[in-house]
Amino acid sequence: MDNSKITIAINDQEYKVDPGQTIMQAADKCGYRIPRLCYHPKLSIEGACRVCIVQVEGIRNYVASCAYPVANGMKIYTNTRELRQARRDIVELLLDNHPLDCHTCDRDGNCELQRLAYSMGLRQRHFEGERKQYEKDLSSTSVIRDPDKCILCGRCVRMCSEIQGVHCLTQAHRGFNTVVMPAYNQPFAESVCTACGQCINVCPTASFIEKNYTQELFEKLNDPNLITVAQVAPSVRAAIGEAFGLPPGRNMEGQIVAALRHMGFNYIFDTQFSADLTIMEEASEFLERVQSKGPLPLITSCSSAWMKYMEQFYPDLIENISTAKSPMSMASAMIKTYFAEKIKADPKRILSVAFMCCTAKKYEAARPELNVRGMRATDIVITTRELAWMVKSSGIDFVNIKPEKFDEPLGLSSGAGAIFGVTGGVMEAAIRTAYELYTGETLIDIELTDIRGFKGVKEAKVMLDGQELRLAVAHGLGNAHQALEMVRADRSRFHFVEVMGCPGGCIGGGGQPYPLVNSLPLDEESLKLRAQALYGLDREKTIRRSHENPDVQRLYKEFLGRPLSEKSHELLHTHYKPHLPKGIVSPNLKVV
Amino acid sequence: MTTTQANDAIATDDQKLAQLKEFIAQTQKDEHPDSFLIAVLHKAQELYSYLPVPVMDEIAQEMAIPTAHIWGVATFYHYFNLTPPGQHVISICLGTACYVRGAAQILQTLRDELKIDMGQVTPDGLFSLQPARCLGACGLAPVVMIDDKIHGELTPKKMIQILNQYRKQAKK
Ligand code: SF4
Ligand code: SF4
Ligand code: SF4
Ligand code: FES
Ligand code: FES
Repeated sequence: MDNSKITIAINDQEYKVDPGQTIMQAADKCGYRIPRLCYHPKLSIEGACRVCIVQVEGIRNYVASCAYPVANGMKIYTNTRELRQARRDIVELLLDNHPLDCHTCDRDGNCELQRLAYSMGLRQRHFEGERKQYEKDLSSTSVIRDPDKCILCGRCVRMCSEIQGVHCLTQAHRGFNTVVMPAYNQPFAESVCTACGQCINVCPTASFIEKNYTQELFEKLNDPNLITVAQVAPSVRAAIGEAFGLPPGRNMEGQIVAALRHMGFNYIFDTQFSADLTIMEEASEFLERVQSKGPLPLITSCSSAWMKYMEQFYPDLIENISTAKSPMSMASAMIKTYFAEKIKADPKRILSVAFMCCTAKKYEAARPELNVRGMRATDIVITTRELAWMVKSSGIDFVNIKPEKFDEPLGLSSGAGAIFGVTGGVMEAAIRTAYELYTGETLIDIELTDIRGFKGVKEAKVMLDGQELRLAVAHGLGNAHQALEMVRADRSRFHFVEVMGCPGGCIGGGGQPYPLVNSLPLDEESLKLRAQALYGLDREKTIRRSHENPDVQRLYKEFLGRPLSEKSHELLHTHYKPHLPKGIVSPNLKVV
Repeated sequence: MTTTQANDAIATDDQKLAQLKEFIAQTQKDEHPDSFLIAVLHKAQELYSYLPVPVMDEIAQEMAIPTAHIWGVATFYHYFNLTPPGQHVISICLGTACYVRGAAQILQTLRDELKIDMGQVTPDGLFSLQPARCLGACGLAPVVMIDDKIHGELTPKKMIQILNQYRKQAKK
């Protein structure tokens, strides 16, 4: 086996390594951390920044280690005096036309460019180059673009096209004038951007950032006339610890509830409760369609970036999309009706705030289709990153705070509600309930392992009363594209398709904390750990099926009647329409 | 930096569009149809004299290439016009002979007079300015070409006089 290996030397130490990898990959495994910027393991190699240069004996110029393959007998140097100088010059050039405003910048303290400059030992600035001065694009409800902070690494462009298949971004113009922008320099709000926020996740600087609503929320928390109501998405609790230096995968549910009470929220509810509600409606909708044979497959709709992607690129599948609202919008609808009635309050006085792992939820909240009785259902959406900042800014000792519990009547959830945050989770939760609603029997083996994990498109089969149901699960919009092309080619191939817009599902959402030092966004290990936190939550619960949630049962008894009732249709369902902004490519997107 | 203006009005003249589509259809037979993008953009510019947004949208549809990618290519190369050219296109020669004989001064005069830079159009739409390599009239250097007429042996003063002639004509 060992003779398939080749021998290389790094800094005069010999190593046996596998052929067919780059110098950077080999060096990583041997314990050398070569600096890098434009490289990302999930994206194609751009080789643009040259921060990762190394010396190879016999080659006169420095080579970019992220792109250069190892060869037998190769002698590599990663840390010579000349290299250190050359690298420092490269980073210095980047900083030359970068704004000097770290301490008023959104990425202060978690910026890759800052870290890089630090590790290069740049302690003063020699040149002051010509500065870029562009206007920020503030048009989107979710994503802000600030070209002044851009160092043209191209990660966002590759993310948006290679992983998300949206192709919203390009590097337009050339040389010093190069700017990352949508086609025709359209404002974001008019572009094909789905607001998924994945460009934010991979951007090393503050060039892409979410639209921040924290100041507005702080203001409103001080308004005595408002009844402030919070809800917290499953994936927020699985990831927020990372923003406080904890390893990924710590469930911080109780700490979040406690922190929100400290911040002054009157009521704190759980989006996992409304996830159970979504399952009641969606599983019923699914069974109705199975029985009446149409239209199938049913395709889930709770991912907001996916809503926009589908309306833009798959308008022909709109009749297949579940009309059930997302858990966030269901919770908000119940807060402003059922709950308002319960506490005998004017719903107009209620401020409904959603803490989400997602930037696209800001877009969803603003969709007029989701208004309830003439009111906006979700008033403010705050991402995990923004919440972490609010907690820090409020002087709360988050890690050591005593955990507290969600409020009634929208705070109790089943294990099925928890796994909503992971790819495959909505499907798994729906099957747990659909099976029982349909057969009247309890599904014994409730863990659908075939649709867990991070394969791009997962397929599974379950038997429902002698009928075979074929399921598909896709996460990340690029994978969704693959799955939907299968549906377009053969409408009877699947009965039920789950789509989540972000890689890994909501746990990999565009609003999650920036990765730890020396880890990368979308790192599969951290995604796995976040997923485990939610699967752990599921396993700990005695109630693991949505329809067994007693508070959901009470809500139907006291208020909604039954799933798909008239009232449910009024408050818990929505509709979609083709949405073709100027300049999209439809129907057949392809990667160029 | 140039951005596209509201140029949808130009929209898509049926005949030109048919020609463009025909041209694209030919390229789609190739094994690598995407590699024809630049050729297709050239064809479009030949037909419309610039690249209107609706035309780029059509190209995106026909070639199944995302508009962002088309926009990246169209903005990368200087020879693609993203705004409609002026009524009169001024090409200033920046070839060696002209340069030596004072093209820089003429360029400065044009910039001051028209208040636009290379690749831009005057707000009244009368003139646009673009660079040219040797126009083959080195004997007359420095030289500008307005539409297809050569004007040589220029001085700043003469340049202004010429511009004024065009302006007067436009008023009539
Ligand atoms: S992006 Fe990073 S380096 Fe640039 S100003 Fe912000 S914190 Fe500083
Ligand atoms: S938010 Fe998503 S769709 Fe929009 S530009 Fe960023 S990666 Fe692309
Ligand atoms: S916006 Fe961010 S990710 Fe995109 S090229 Fe600029 S620095 Fe890189
Ligand atoms: S990381 Fe290798 S060139 Fe940018
Ligand atoms: S250099 Fe100007 S015409 Fe030849």
